[in-house]
Amino acid sequence: MSYGIQAAAYIVASVLFILSLGGLSGQESAKRAVWYGIVGMAVAMAATILFGGVGNLWLLGLALVAGAFIGRHLAGKVEMTEMPQLVAALHSFVGLAAVFIGVNAQLELESVQALQANGGALDQLAGFAAKLAQKTPVEIAILEVEVVLGVFIGAVTFTGSVIAFGKLAGMVDGKPSQLPGGHKLNAAAGIASLLLAIGYCNGAGVSYLVYIALIAGFIGWHLIRGIGGADMPVVVSMLNSYSGWAAAAIGFTLGNDLLIVVGALVGSSGAILSYIMCKAMNRQFISVILGGFGGTTGPAMEVEGEQVAIDADGVATALRDADSVIIIPGYGMAVAQAQQAVSEMTQRLRASGKEVRFAIHPVAGRLPGHMNVLLAEAKVPYDIVLEMDEINDDFPETDVAIVIGSNDTVNPAAQEDPNSPIAGMPVLECWKAKQVFVSKRGQGTGYSGIENPLFYKENTRMFYGDAKDSLNKLLALI
Amino acid sequence: MLVGSLKEADKSENRVAMTPDSAIQIQKLGHECLIQSGAGLSAGFTDKAYEEAGVTVVKTKDALMKQADIIVKVRPPSDAEAKKLRADQTLISFFYPAQNDELLDTCVKTQASVIAMDMVPRISRAQKMDALSSMANIAGYRAVIEAGNQFGRFFTGQVTAAGKVPPAKVLVIGAGVAGLAAIGTATSLGAIVRAFDVRPEVAEQIESMGAEFLMLDFDDQQDGAATGGYAAPSSPEFREKQLECFREQASDVDIVITTALIPGRDAPKLWLADMVAAMKPGSVIVDLAAERGGNCDLTEADKVVVSENGVRVVGYTDFPSRMAAQSSTLYSTNIRHMLADLTPEKDGVIQHDMEDDVIRGATVAHGGELTFPPPPPKIQAIAAKKPAEPEKVLTPEELKAQEQAEFAQQTKTQVKLLAGSALALLLVGAVAPASFMQHFIVFVLACFVGFQVIWNVSHSLHTPLMAVTNAISGIVVLGALLQIGSDSGWVMWMAAASVLIATINIVGGFMVTRRMLAMFQKS
Repeated sequence: MSYGIQAAAYIVASVLFILSLGGLSGQESAKRAVWYGIVGMAVAMAATILFGGVGNLWLLGLALVAGAFIGRHLAGKVEMTEMPQLVAALHSFVGLAAVFIGVNAQLELESVQALQANGGALDQLAGFAAKLAQKTPVEIAILEVEVVLGVFIGAVTFTGSVIAFGKLAGMVDGKPSQLPGGHKLNAAAGIASLLLAIGYCNGAGVSYLVYIALIAGFIGWHLIRGIGGADMPVVVSMLNSYSGWAAAAIGFTLGNDLLIVVGALVGSSGAILSYIMCKAMNRQFISVILGGFGGTTGPAMEVEGEQVAIDADGVATALRDADSVIIIPGYGMAVAQAQQAVSEMTQRLRASGKEVRFAIHPVAGRLPGHMNVLLAEAKVPYDIVLEMDEINDDFPETDVAIVIGSNDTVNPAAQEDPNSPIAGMPVLECWKAKQVFVSKRGQGTGYSGIENPLFYKENTRMFYGDAKDSLNKLLALI
Repeated sequence: MLVGSLKEADKSENRVAMTPDSAIQIQKLGHECLIQSGAGLSAGFTDKAYEEAGVTVVKTKDALMKQADIIVKVRPPSDAEAKKLRADQTLISFFYPAQNDELLDTCVKTQASVIAMDMVPRISRAQKMDALSSMANIAGYRAVIEAGNQFGRFFTGQVTAAGKVPPAKVLVIGAGVAGLAAIGTATSLGAIVRAFDVRPEVAEQIESMGAEFLMLDFDDQQDGAATGGYAAPSSPEFREKQLECFREQASDVDIVITTALIPGRDAPKLWLADMVAAMKPGSVIVDLAAERGGNCDLTEADKVVVSENGVRVVGYTDFPSRMAAQSSTLYSTNIRHMLADLTPEKDGVIQHDMEDDVIRGATVAHGGELTFPPPPPKIQAIAAKKPAEPEKVLTPEELKAQEQAEFAQQTKTQVKLLAGSALALLLVGAVAPASFMQHFIVFVLACFVGFQVIWNVSHSLHTPLMAVTNAISGIVVLGALLQIGSDSGWVMWMAAASVLIATINIVGGFMVTRRMLAMFQKS
């Protein structure tokens, strides 16, 4: 009976998880959707603890309480600008847990097999061990393949996420860097772990599994180190996907359908997000993962003209005269923590009857949807925050476009210069607005190191300075 | 360095090349400023105002010319002034080098550097020092005011208790900077404005200022696309059409403002004696080209001529000087920008960079050498327009066909994908045991559901999506739960660690998602 109840609970949990993801299609339903997720998780854990034959309850309780306490603390104090780091850090936990569980499965298998060989009391076994004892040799072979997969993916996710966390938190240099040998090294490590995996499946034991985990850890570390800061939205969603696949692999190992379902959901979710991000940059997934921008085919177009600076007075005058304003935030806004000032400005402009909207490029920031969260935190209403496709056609009728800390996502070279490294990438066509103000720290180029012709256009004025300071100066004048 | 502004020798010139405001800005570049006593008086700037701005007032011209390193003025220097220049001095003023050969020779011999404000190349970067444009702007404005002064009626139409007043009709010939300024001024005074220019491409600018563009009508288009169906302005046919158009207008319009100039030539005669005769008495013609012979047959420079039928023809040549306060402000700003470009380090040291397009173009004499005419600038004033590719407009049938083709293509890829994956599944099924296949079905279905569901997630919720998927991927905790009861110490402790970190994940993920979603607010 207990098996039946557990299975029923798992079905309920699966449905709740699916509803939880499906509910994210709109801001209002999303608030309900999170509760579905929470309830689903509670049901799944309760059913497992009650009916799954779980022992060592005191240790379990301790781990649960401690984990919940730490999680609560982390989630409560994190700044919204630090969201990418947090997500990356949480991914690494899933990866690490998957490695532990995979190794455990092997240890259990060994002890069960030893027991079988000694003719011990198999019916005394509980939980996972009891399941293992019933497996046929073919099933054991498949189980070993699954364990290897789970451990491998888990280890890559773990170290990759740790590096991604370091880069996003600024602890590791954001520039792509690799050991000599580059991707050949990765390939060699991949082949080595494949050989080890074959050895392990032929009964080499737990030590091989640990080696695989170590090598996979190296691959994750080295792979993500080679990817630059601006590609982080893809990296983070890719790691998200990996953590799902790792969970699914563990689900196969344990013969647990709920784990498989959730793993597959998370895996496909991350894969789709990566796909959307890559499409937004007009790049191949592979080329993002292999790091660096694609090679250029010819000399870049000469940029003519001069960057003309403007002070806060000038911007304020233009804003006072404007009827419609579009603000284009980018990573620079997050770095300068300028979202509150932006929101304040938006409120004042809207109060004086102007139409203010936000244009968000899909890869703005370091996490998919990063800008939306920052603006939401600063209480910018979400119905004036629009995606690139929704707003790109409106620029010609716009009086003023304000670019705050974006660079490559507003670079006209993507459309005008076929030799540009970002040629063909969809960009926000802000230069079609009557006037463009660019809030920027200095005259340097963006992450990709490409000269941005937008800054030299006749209707562009450069508003130099830290985004937050500049906006605060502006606020005093509006 | 010492920047000194001379009092204009010409009595009729009211402008001055340095204002107290511009002096403050010039001092910020590290220079010191001098001014000849009384230089700004006719423009409304007293010596006291200059002194307050930190400018040293120098009594005489000679003393100033002796002290200053850079001499700024408005009009070209007189012979006497030119001869006093020294080799280490720089003169910045209007110069008209093409017309003033002898003066240029004199200056070259003194080995001084001469920057002609009228030679600043007309590229975007140099707009801030384009004194010709800023003066033309004033001339255009003043031409309308002058016309209003001579014209006995309102510009704007009014219906009053004392009767109806028709609006004045203004014709502006030549839509350069002066012409456009005149159009803007006349429209804002309420007149009906028409404008003509030989370049059909300025029609848009004219209309943007609120005037009607008089388009010449040619039956046989001679060269088609190159000039937009317009004949070459030099052709006799074009001139014929143009005069015909003006003749038609002559009896209708009240005010004519002509601004037509051809570089390096006398002004073309466009408003002939018979047109003046056809105009209503009391009408006014303002000829901005008077200095170069005038566009109207009757124009006399610096005079107002009244024709036999009572039409007044204004031939003043000093419009900017008549608004000395405004024109001095603009001109001194142009000069100040020029000095800023000459002092890139802002340290008060002039770097006469002959590699710079703008400085090279404006310099007519440098170090005893004649540097006029300048080589063509490296940057074209207006980038050559690339022919825009005509966008193909699809007919409904073509659109439909395209849609169908796309649909068929989609079906094809989908079928291929399905067949491929079915085959792969079959292969797996052929070798794997039943227990595995059961789980595998669940896995494939879940992937499928995931793909279907995630596509609908709104872009703005991608970060919450990541946080939620992150939280639910903490489901690996189930694996650890099942293992924690193991007898082996290693297994137990590793499982406990897994439970711990997976729980952090679950609780942290859900909490942070809730925090984020709570922030999303509708306006």
